[in-house]
Amino acid sequence: MKLEARSIRVHASGKPIVNTASLSVSSGELVGLIGPNGAGKSTLLKAMLGLRPKISGDILLDGEDFLAQPAHLRARRLAYLPQDRRVEWRLPAADIVMLGRYPHRARFGAPTPEDRAAVARALDAVDGHAFLDRPINVLSGGERTRILLARALAVEAPILLADEPIAALDPYHQLHVMEVLRARAHAGAAVLAVIHDLALAARFTDRIVLMHEGAIAAEGRPGDVLTAANLARIYRIQPDAALGYARLT
Amino acid sequence: MKPPLAYPLLIAVLALTLLLLAAFSMLVGAGGGLSELLAMIASDNADTATLIMMEVRLPRTLLALMIGASLGLAGASLQGFLRNPLADPGVVGVTSAASLGAVLALYSGLSMAFPLALPMTGIAGALLCALLLQGLAGRGGVLSLVLAGVAISSLCAALMSLALNLSPNPYAAAEIMFWLMGSVTDRSMDHVAFAAPLILIGWAVLAFSARALDALSLGEESAASLGVNILTTRNMVIGGTAISVGAATSVSGGIGFIGLIVPHILRPLVGHSPSRLLLASALGGAALLTAADILVRVLPTGAELKLGVVTALVGAPFFLWLIFRARTEIES
Repeated sequence: MKLEARSIRVHASGKPIVNTASLSVSSGELVGLIGPNGAGKSTLLKAMLGLRPKISGDILLDGEDFLAQPAHLRARRLAYLPQDRRVEWRLPAADIVMLGRYPHRARFGAPTPEDRAAVARALDAVDGHAFLDRPINVLSGGERTRILLARALAVEAPILLADEPIAALDPYHQLHVMEVLRARAHAGAAVLAVIHDLALAARFTDRIVLMHEGAIAAEGRPGDVLTAANLARIYRIQPDAALGYARLT
Repeated sequence: MKPPLAYPLLIAVLALTLLLLAAFSMLVGAGGGLSELLAMIASDNADTATLIMMEVRLPRTLLALMIGASLGLAGASLQGFLRNPLADPGVVGVTSAASLGAVLALYSGLSMAFPLALPMTGIAGALLCALLLQGLAGRGGVLSLVLAGVAISSLCAALMSLALNLSPNPYAAAEIMFWLMGSVTDRSMDHVAFAAPLILIGWAVLAFSARALDALSLGEESAASLGVNILTTRNMVIGGTAISVGAATSVSGGIGFIGLIVPHILRPLVGHSPSRLLLASALGGAALLTAADILVRVLPTGAELKLGVVTALVGAPFFLWLIFRARTEIES
């Protein structure tokens, strides 16, 4: 399966946010979408989901117009972890993860054994069984992120778009979640994740897409994209042996 | 943080409470209690007993039950959809619009010529309000919907004041005032037959939107990515509320606080789930309004208190206590 965004343009208040950007993600690969704040990464993701109207461009799933498909079929094929981690009610974490089964469940039916199994697998993946019964609003930011990621994983969709899945996580769980995403991809899913940690992106992803000012600035294997020239030009940083990297003025 | 009762048990307890209250409601009021009724039947006066039960108490019991359930259900649906615990059917203007429709029937004298004109104009007001809301809020979000509702409410309140101001004589003004206080006294089975089908349709529409409310607790974008159509859900919640609460208000007048406090009380008991809250709030609203209607009959006041007065008198202080108790929770 291949999800493809072709020449996408999205404007906000007349200003281009995504400016003729194209990218694709295929079954079996973990693609890292990187770029400085305001590069248009989240907006591109939302446009791919049909959550943001685009001025032009196409979203194609295996060559066919993805947004023309019925909403419930799209929801089964494409799971999404938004950047916004707010939950409105004091719902128990278990209920949140079960919402991932929404596209698969009947309107008035109880969860099936398959739904429960998918939820259990998703909780395994994020190491989240410990706070299953706690209301989501008493969890820490990182714990909440893991539960919401489990919610997205529980869809068990062939494609996963994750917006900053490791933001707010401690180092242990950053590594853990990156391993989970890579495992998902190598088990056959297409995974596209917005990541700010360049070292983890380089270490775990199969391919990196670098966005800058709404357009794709570079794309390819991590080593080919994360060059000193790109880091200096787009991120205004330089690799530093002692610190990892240092800020350029 | 698990709810103290399992969900099926909570529903059973609420349903049983409601049944007991409904049975009690059939046995209380002018004309006597159980012993008087039995005495009538024993002394060959069974016709009077039947008349009291079937023509006086049955319609008011059925109406209290249906109206309370509509207010509880619509309140829970709106709170879920707007993701705001302060929402109730009044917030989107449906209650005021239905009241305005009924007031116009009273003001114009139409209700004198044709008794069912009053609920008919009431439901017409509620439906017009729903259409106006859709037009005003357009494709906008929750905030524009609430603002449009507040504007419609204010306009309807102003027009009702205008009707009072211009009413031809003090009797007409008093009639409008009493009607606005809300009551299920002296309603007939005609009222039940008029309101019941509409109310049932409204309930069905709201029940169909239940599932989407759960997904909406993750926010509109996550919900949309799970396959929820936000606009369809909005139309269902507003439409279902307009039909059920519009029909309810048009036979009873304005009854406040049930739609606000019942979901509040029950939310922790259903584990904060917006969909599970719907059935619980419907049963809870029905039980609370039936209890309030029993209260107005047993209270030794000179004139029977209006139902809307009692629900507000009991509801508002209770709500204050609830806020006082839960303020730390609300802010977190």
